[in-house]
Amino acid sequence: MQSHLPALIVIIPLLVALVLPMLGRGHKPWFLATLATWGVFAMTIALELQVSGLARDPSAPQTFLSYPIGNWRIPWGIEFRVDALNIFILLVIAMVSAVVTFYARLSIGSSIPPERIRFFYAAWLLFITGLLGVTMSGDIFNVYVLIEVSALASYTLVAMGRYQSRKALSGSINYLVLGTIGASFFLIGVGYLYSVTGTLNMADLADRLEPLHDNRAVITAFAFLLVGLSVKMALFPLHGWLPDAHGYAPPIVSALLSGVAIKVGAYVMIRLIFSVLGVEFSFVKLPTGPVLWVLASLAILLGSYTAIQQTSLKRLLAYSSVAQIGYIALGFSLANENGLTGSLIHIFNHALMKSGLFLVAGIISYRLGEADLNRLAGLGRKMPFTMAALTAGGLGLIGVPLTSGFISKWYLVTGAIERGLIPLAVVILLGSILALIYVWKVVEIVYFKPVSDLAREVTEAPWSLVLPAWTLIGASLYFGVDASLSSSLAQRAARLLLAQP
Amino acid sequence: MAFFDLFNYWIFIVLMMIGLYTVIVSPNLAKKVIGLSVFQSAIFLFLISLSKVRGGAVPITVPPAELYSNPLPHALVLTAIVVSVSTLAVALAIIINIRQAYGTVEDDEMEKAEGH
Repeated sequence: MQSHLPALIVIIPLLVALVLPMLGRGHKPWFLATLATWGVFAMTIALELQVSGLARDPSAPQTFLSYPIGNWRIPWGIEFRVDALNIFILLVIAMVSAVVTFYARLSIGSSIPPERIRFFYAAWLLFITGLLGVTMSGDIFNVYVLIEVSALASYTLVAMGRYQSRKALSGSINYLVLGTIGASFFLIGVGYLYSVTGTLNMADLADRLEPLHDNRAVITAFAFLLVGLSVKMALFPLHGWLPDAHGYAPPIVSALLSGVAIKVGAYVMIRLIFSVLGVEFSFVKLPTGPVLWVLASLAILLGSYTAIQQTSLKRLLAYSSVAQIGYIALGFSLANENGLTGSLIHIFNHALMKSGLFLVAGIISYRLGEADLNRLAGLGRKMPFTMAALTAGGLGLIGVPLTSGFISKWYLVTGAIERGLIPLAVVILLGSILALIYVWKVVEIVYFKPVSDLAREVTEAPWSLVLPAWTLIGASLYFGVDASLSSSLAQRAARLLLAQP
Repeated sequence: MAFFDLFNYWIFIVLMMIGLYTVIVSPNLAKKVIGLSVFQSAIFLFLISLSKVRGGAVPITVPPAELYSNPLPHALVLTAIVVSVSTLAVALAIIINIRQAYGTVEDDEMEKAEGH
């Protein structure tokens, strides 16, 4: 029997998003949005069981799940194709968005006027729809459209931060201009690929591009696609839009943007480099590897260095995301199993840590207004649970053993050494030292400074805020101790991409 | 006559650069967005021009012809235009809000207002 899960995962949040603006005020929009995201999460788990069942079953004709939309024959129709790689990314998106949406009620209720809240949740679900769709789609033009669906929703979501600071508006318009240029570059690349192959289905493209690797149009297409996606994933030096957009958006929007949205850009890049154009073309024929090594190293070092100088917690976290994207790009540009596994597992681990940390930043703004670093002074005694989450997440960013950050860095360093690239291993370790400095800066203010006048009356935040933050941070700690589940999923995807059994 | 054979690509490149130049150089947000639209339109022209098959008929099966132009890029561009128009709408909505919050839509004056 044909499983309809791939279509349902995208359609349910899409339809719910259309219903939400009709619901009026109160908690109904939040409740329905939470229900939808948890439903998507449950369906994603069911889908993962189906896909891993296919992989284990030797009699199955293929190791992926193909869903032709509207039953149009592939490659003419649009295909949703779920394999070991994108089910992994889907799980990350579904899990983080479910937890963050549950958290949203108080956080959004306190930062957006009541009559706007239903529109917020509508845009929020459209954003998640886009992310899920990009990840599942097997049609490259469809990927472009869904990238823009999620991006357009995210521009409006960032602009909703204007009730706190008008800088959210300028951050949003910058994000829009750069994001649109990035997506348009992607579209030009799609056009070039279509002009030489006459197909848009990614699996079909991969077959037809094989004899065309010397074609100049293909090389041009590759350049446009890579640059376009670099903007979307905020790879240095195209990260200019990120700090303002992530720094001034409402906290839960930053959590999903930093935790998941830029990872989806990274996923599309991995998909193109490894599945569509192939390792041979990307790394042997063209010098993609060295270019990405340099950019990723600069992202790690400069991103972390700039994070140290920030005075606002959210901007500090945003610059840290620039650095973390560097780790992800570094991992897959090594093009070996450990590097790629490290990259994928870091997508997973960083999604948990960074979303958790932005939720903590949201708790602080819920209690104190703006999450400026000076205002955090002495909060360690006032809000012990929240601040413990902040510290635990920070330790993960550094990559201390027994946190999940350590697992990803372990794979990345192993991958770099296997390739004989000792300088890259050194960059990864230097990045951890810089992370230690910016995390320590926060921890010192939180635990060792006297309580400021502002924070004198502050008490621990309500559990409906602390619990989701701790769920994400706690999960990141759990996957640091017992990484068997996350690393086996990441490894399976890495082997699929490198066409190893 | 190589120049005229590749005429459509020249137009695409020139229009795209005009658009991109406006986005980069103009401090006025509304003009930036206009530049963005020109930039995207250039891409649409490029995609549309790909679909032309020399001597090909309109891709409708009546009356029967041997050779047809490719209709698929038209469908793609139609979708892309929808995306582009939505982007424009969102951009203008944000610019209206910027005007209300800052009293200006000039990049440099906004920075001054923030005290940089």
